Amino acid sequence: MKKIVRVAAGQGFWGDDLDAPRRQVEGGQVDYLMLDYLAEVTMSILQKQKERDPSLGYARDFVGAMESVLPAVLERGVKVVANAGGVNPAACAVAVKAAAEKAGSKGGLKIGVVSGDDLLDRLDQLIQSGHPLANMETGEQLSAVRDRVLSANAYIGSEPIVEALAKGANVVITGRSTDTALTMAPLRHEFAWSATSWDQLAAGIVAGHIIECGAQCSGGNCLYDWRSIPDLANVGYPLVEVKPDGTFVVTKHPNTGGRVSVQTITEQLVYEMGDPHSYITPDVIADFTTITLAPDGENRVLVSGIKGKPPTDKLKVSVAYRAGFKAVGTLVYAWPDALEKAQLADRVLRERLDRLGLRFERILSEFVGANATHGNLAGDQSDAPEVQLRFGVRGSDRAAVERFTREIAPLVLNGPPSVTGFAGGRPKVEEIVAYWPALIDKSVVTTKVDLIQ
Amino acid sequence: MKVRLVDIAHARSGDKGDTANVGVIALEPRWYKVLDEFVTRSRVTDHFRGMIDGDVDRFELPNLNALNFLLHGALDGGGTLSLKTDAQGKVFSTALLRMVIDVPDAEAERLQLPAAK
Repeated sequence: MKKIVRVAAGQGFWGDDLDAPRRQVEGGQVDYLMLDYLAEVTMSILQKQKERDPSLGYARDFVGAMESVLPAVLERGVKVVANAGGVNPAACAVAVKAAAEKAGSKGGLKIGVVSGDDLLDRLDQLIQSGHPLANMETGEQLSAVRDRVLSANAYIGSEPIVEALAKGANVVITGRSTDTALTMAPLRHEFAWSATSWDQLAAGIVAGHIIECGAQCSGGNCLYDWRSIPDLANVGYPLVEVKPDGTFVVTKHPNTGGRVSVQTITEQLVYEMGDPHSYITPDVIADFTTITLAPDGENRVLVSGIKGKPPTDKLKVSVAYRAGFKAVGTLVYAWPDALEKAQLADRVLRERLDRLGLRFERILSEFVGANATHGNLAGDQSDAPEVQLRFGVRGSDRAAVERFTREIAPLVLNGPPSVTGFAGGRPKVEEIVAYWPALIDKSVVTTKVDLIQ
Repeated sequence: MKVRLVDIAHARSGDKGDTANVGVIALEPRWYKVLDEFVTRSRVTDHFRGMIDGDVDRFELPNLNALNFLLHGALDGGGTLSLKTDAQGKVFSTALLRMVIDVPDAEAERLQLPAAK
């Protein structure tokens, strides 16, 4: 058994730095490269792509990432775990294999494909057999939006990834795996942690939570002493060095920018946090109030003491559904009295929409530069040098939203004075794909692992 | 003595649906108890009045010198439904740091808290 396993994060979301995966395998010693591509709404975007072309529906950036790390995988035995499969892990594997062979891999890739998270084709049967998939926030039954559902996936845990690694895969591609399982599964595999080693499993989950957003734990988006964080242009992505007992060090490669400190790690630990006593995953419930952080040299933080407890018998399900249309228009008003002018424009616009008989489910106006992010807490901004009116509408009637987008430009000549910043043209109408969180019994979700060589 | 939260804490926020979370972390470990004592659930509820529609939950993490607040109904529906600039609550953290707390002079001096100017 290895004494230390190193897992590096190379992608915090679909759209992250394209070169980060390569830098992570070339910048220092690494055993596993973890790539997280899936945010809540990503699955629905991929589902739309798959509907247009059945060979798509995965994060295509991953193919390029695999090409860039191929030498490390083939020559140095670095293994890759990624949830790039989206709604089509098998097609993702085919594309990766083709690209690798073209680059001369000579069958050196053994790709484990994890499936079973996709519930879209089973939805009606699940609802009929007593799984209402009620919205966790509102309590509403899924049947209310059933005809507008685009995708439905269960968040699956570490088990099938561990299985793929045990079968000898050096690349594991999953669909809607939890972000944290991508880090925890390799540790569980290497250290042979049992399914009831609660404290170790929880430590693996915390390690995953810390690195799953890439550089957001290594100096990116860090408020603490932000002016002193060096060389963000060459920010180092994080990696964890984990021991069999589950204690680990968070660090980054030498000669990179950014910072790993108790403060940068603490900011990431509280990011998107709910009840810290119960960070629920399919494998284990981690207690964030048991985490101990300690400095361990330059750009190194030791993490220990983590306690875990058994998980629930449910899995979280992410359903995406069509939820109408929206558009946002903006205009900039200049001093003097910039805010007052923008406020008058807001009233004029609302009255015109009203006279046109346009009805929306929601209208929101913000005054950027005065109150958009801090509301009334921002205090008096009547002397601001400029204020942007940011006016948004949302509704189920596409034509009404479309008509609204024609009402912004006229204000330049027939509204309040000192207005500019309309060069972007008419606002674009966007279809809203909304997120519906639900729970389902674990027993009805069966995962499967296929090996492609 | 009046103390600005921004002078004694740092923070990060994120979202879960229509709920924003704000984790607020003491800049010096010895200042955590000031956060714990003065940045109460009711203080934060008052602070965000008019900005959020729902309740506030508070959790303590003494191990990280941090408090975690859940601000329900903060994001105009949240996710893709929201029309807000800050639809994912990314900078709610900085709005919390605008809070000014009133710490008894003796305690403030003992802990060397920076006074609000």
